[in-house]
Amino acid sequence: MNDTFWLLTWIIFLPTAGAAGVALIKKESVETMRAFALAITFATFLLSIYLTWGVFDPTDPGIQPRAPELVSKAAGGFSSQEIAKQYGQRGVSTTWIPGWNIEYRLGYDGISVPLVLLTGLISFLGMVASWSIQKEVKGYLILYLLLETGMMGVFLALDFFLFYVFWEVMLLPMYFLIGIWGGPRREYAAIKFFLYTLFGSILMLIALLMLYFGSTGSGDVLPTFNILKLSAIGQGLIPNLAYSPAVQLTAFILLFIGFAIKVPVWPFHTWLPDAHVEAPTPISMILAGVLLKMGGYGILRIAFPICPAGAQAACLVLVALGVISIIYGAFAALAQTDFKRMVAYSSVSHMGYVLLGIAVWKLTDTGAADGSRFWLQGINGAMFQMIGHGISSAGMFFMVGVIYDRVHHRDLNKFGGLIGLMPLYGGIAIGLFFAGLGLPGLCGFIGEVFVVLSSWNYSPVLAIVAASGVILTAGYILWAVQRVYLGPEYKGPHPEAITPLTEREAFVGLTLLVFAVILGVFPNLLFSKMEKSTEQFVSTMDAGYQASIKPATTTAAITNTK
Amino acid sequence: MVCDMNFSELLSRVVQDTVGNNPFGDLSGVLSGKQPTFMDGSLLMFLPELIVVGTILALLFVRLLDLDKVISGQSVALLGATVALLVAVVQFLAIKNLDPSTSGVVLPKTMFTGLLVYDAFTVFFKVFLLLFLQLVVYLTQLTGLPDRDDAPDFYTLLFGSTLGMLLMISSNNLLMVFLGIEMTSVPSYAMVGFLKGRRTSSEAAFKYVVYGAGAAGVMLYGISLMAGLLGTASFPEMAARLNLVIGSGPLKLDATLLTLLLSIVMILVGIAFKLSIFPFHFWGPDAFEGAATEVAGFLSVASKGAAFALLIRVLLALVGIDQAPSGVMTPVFFYLGIAISVLAAVTATFGNLAAYSQNNIKRLLAYSTIAHAGYMLMAVGAMMVLLNASKHVPDPAARWELAIRAIEGLLFYLWVYMFMNLGAFAVAALIRNELFSEDITDFGGLWTQAPVLSFTMACCMFSLIGMPPFGGFTGKFMVFSSLFQAGHYHWAMWGVLAVAGINTVFSLFYYVRVLKFMFIAPAKDGARRVRVPAWSAAWFFVLSLAVLVLLTGMWGAAPLSATAHEVAAALFP
Repeated sequence: MNDTFWLLTWIIFLPTAGAAGVALIKKESVETMRAFALAITFATFLLSIYLTWGVFDPTDPGIQPRAPELVSKAAGGFSSQEIAKQYGQRGVSTTWIPGWNIEYRLGYDGISVPLVLLTGLISFLGMVASWSIQKEVKGYLILYLLLETGMMGVFLALDFFLFYVFWEVMLLPMYFLIGIWGGPRREYAAIKFFLYTLFGSILMLIALLMLYFGSTGSGDVLPTFNILKLSAIGQGLIPNLAYSPAVQLTAFILLFIGFAIKVPVWPFHTWLPDAHVEAPTPISMILAGVLLKMGGYGILRIAFPICPAGAQAACLVLVALGVISIIYGAFAALAQTDFKRMVAYSSVSHMGYVLLGIAVWKLTDTGAADGSRFWLQGINGAMFQMIGHGISSAGMFFMVGVIYDRVHHRDLNKFGGLIGLMPLYGGIAIGLFFAGLGLPGLCGFIGEVFVVLSSWNYSPVLAIVAASGVILTAGYILWAVQRVYLGPEYKGPHPEAITPLTEREAFVGLTLLVFAVILGVFPNLLFSKMEKSTEQFVSTMDAGYQASIKPATTTAAITNTK
Repeated sequence: MVCDMNFSELLSRVVQDTVGNNPFGDLSGVLSGKQPTFMDGSLLMFLPELIVVGTILALLFVRLLDLDKVISGQSVALLGATVALLVAVVQFLAIKNLDPSTSGVVLPKTMFTGLLVYDAFTVFFKVFLLLFLQLVVYLTQLTGLPDRDDAPDFYTLLFGSTLGMLLMISSNNLLMVFLGIEMTSVPSYAMVGFLKGRRTSSEAAFKYVVYGAGAAGVMLYGISLMAGLLGTASFPEMAARLNLVIGSGPLKLDATLLTLLLSIVMILVGIAFKLSIFPFHFWGPDAFEGAATEVAGFLSVASKGAAFALLIRVLLALVGIDQAPSGVMTPVFFYLGIAISVLAAVTATFGNLAAYSQNNIKRLLAYSTIAHAGYMLMAVGAMMVLLNASKHVPDPAARWELAIRAIEGLLFYLWVYMFMNLGAFAVAALIRNELFSEDITDFGGLWTQAPVLSFTMACCMFSLIGMPPFGGFTGKFMVFSSLFQAGHYHWAMWGVLAVAGINTVFSLFYYVRVLKFMFIAPAKDGARRVRVPAWSAAWFFVLSLAVLVLLTGMWGAAPLSATAHEVAAALFP
């Protein structure tokens, strides 16, 4: 229990404390409640900034904070294998349910820190955007803040049980936020979202039991939920303790489906368009900006490190699913006439790049790494794409919400000429849509390019298919921009309601646009934070795969000599 | 050796067994663990039950002497339940702190010449049942179920039924099993029919009686077969006799074994009826719908808890915990465990599927109760499989450790289940008092009118689904992990685990449907408004139940699971 422990705990639970505070404010003082909730999300954002620049050490590839004996040794003084074995000395923890060896264990590294920062930013901006909510504001704010707790918890938890709890905790407020404040088909969308995620969670729970009970060799030692230790076992770093390739593959499939539903990967994506379309604007921003990233984060933090053999066996399928998601999402987006639905399908397409980048793990026939530099590039691209998409998709959903609040329709064919009527809005929106398109100089570009380049090493054919997705993306985004913002005149209903952006709206839009430009022009701001961790990830995975298939290959060799 | 005794010696030994050497103990030594307080003489160990009996008498006298003008039946009942609970808690602390080396007391001790047993398990369930009794009595005061005139009658039945349950959980003899179950059931029949004027209520009570009588008959027959075959009805001797009767050598399906299996099945039928396990569940939904909500809540938790305790006792008596690992019957019990688990999976699936189309909240919760009995029975099945997996785990201590985990999961689940189910029934009862409706389609827009009721309902429903951070998840996790462990010894248990997982997803629909009406659907035009003012007693009661459901999933999980583990471990030497 040191300062970092409390810092991480505050990042997670400050919003909960805020929710309790909102509950105590009188129902009538709506503005007080809003201001208080905004202050809470802003304070959480500041804490996440402090974590990123004040506490986090980007030169250390492993999980931080480290135990004092590790700090004293110069950073970079450990090999990646050594770091992977330091599962007991990395992260901060306190016991939770000692009888089951369940811990409240937190920690961060270059993979989670950018996502924590993104969560803080999007939650803050979403709260600014929440002024459009008029119904039952008190309940809304409480649930919104609880949702932020769940999201932060997922990115900071290092105990699998704790991770699972946060993963589910975030579901409950989401159900109500979509169900009560959503659009006309909100009941259907809310239950569908709930059901899909719960189904994935149950699969994850079974995998969790498999891994938990496999993490002890004798009855005297309690099994563990420590993700770092489970990873070390999966990567064959602990003597006499390993998950067999069959167990790894089963666990990986269960975990992957659980995470793929969240990403969402085709064919598990069908909850997404409904949930996004029916959710109120700030919740759509959170859904696209943060929630989808949890799936990618889960794959990177849990599914791959704990089951390297399973992941490697499934890589081809994963790459194929990623490419299908890219193309399918893009075509589906092209076909939409509902503005918000189009943006929703663009998320399916963009998150396909994330999966593709994570999965381009090529090995030679002997199991040695084949071009792990390219895989590293893919992982970096996937991480960048997650952050970039978090900014651009939240921005796009916000832009859709702004115009929907005014004219109360989202039919792409009934817009037009908005840039003339609302010049500032049109400018910001086109900027954000171009960021989504992947225009060089904006945040969407780097991630896509890195991923597509890295996929060439894995399979040139798939790389070509994935690259063609970029053209489709340009197609639907430019077409949408043309139909909504350009053109001579506005053709839809309520032309009288089209008023310029309010200051609050302009603040949200401009902030997102500024981030999109900064990330596009200075990608190294992000890469410098995470590259050590992704390098560590790639090298331990390669070694872990070698180690985890070793017993099987030796037995095979013996049978061959016979 | 009994034969050598003359009558007066026998009498003095019976008196000593009942009263003890030191009948009033030393209360100061209770918590230090040095004095065998409450563990000397049956009457002292039986004190909570005696207080329950005393309360029943007091209730009757209040009516007889026309004292209910001075002190209401409700107050007497609440006082009696509270005192009994406090005594039980003190007993539990005394057992927890017991130091055998200084006090010279070795548990388990028997009461009343071996008919009842007194150990950590007994006292743990005493606390469980009496706490629940107290909560129910308090709830009936809040909702005003029995009016002032009916109160003594109602509470007499409630306390009588609880007394039966207290006998069930401490049974050490097949005879007590039957007595306990009957003593629980008979007052329950009357309680279900307590709303005298209502047709459905009488019908429900009638159905319950017919089913109950049938099941009791079957069970009694099974008991007579088993006692006849084994020559004893006493639990501690059963396993040894069983091995003698079956003999060593390969197991063959002769008349003895068949009779034995038949008697086991018949006894289990009687318990399955109390647990509303498929296919003995038909009384459940009708009885719950006809009964008052408070009574349904009482039956759904207390009788389940007591019946699970009894089931564990009967099964452990059959398996025998001090037997050599090579018991002849081990494979039979191993497959009995699998059969129980499969039955549990069927029960859970049936309960969840049947709950879909229900609009009456009590009927819905009745099917949910059936489903949860299924989940909990899975833990019992897993326990049997793990206990008898001697082919795979030769070391009995290792098997016991696994079985202890299964029982721990069951005990944890029962405690959470008490809070979440009572919470759901309490909210339903309070809404009924305001809306005069038990139809969930009438619950529209409730959360803006009664946020705390709705919050509690949401907590209870999510906990019943098994969502973290509520206690229902932790309980389910423990049961699932026992199933997973048992799956290492027979693949069918993994199948049961998969069914349990799918059931969890299915159950989402109907639980969330209740919430959908409360939170998403608008209020019906002209519907009455529900008012539960803040800081009122009812407000506080439901809120504290919600907090308990949350606590059992968070900070409370550690102490509760540790206690459950200790209690389960105390069943094994």
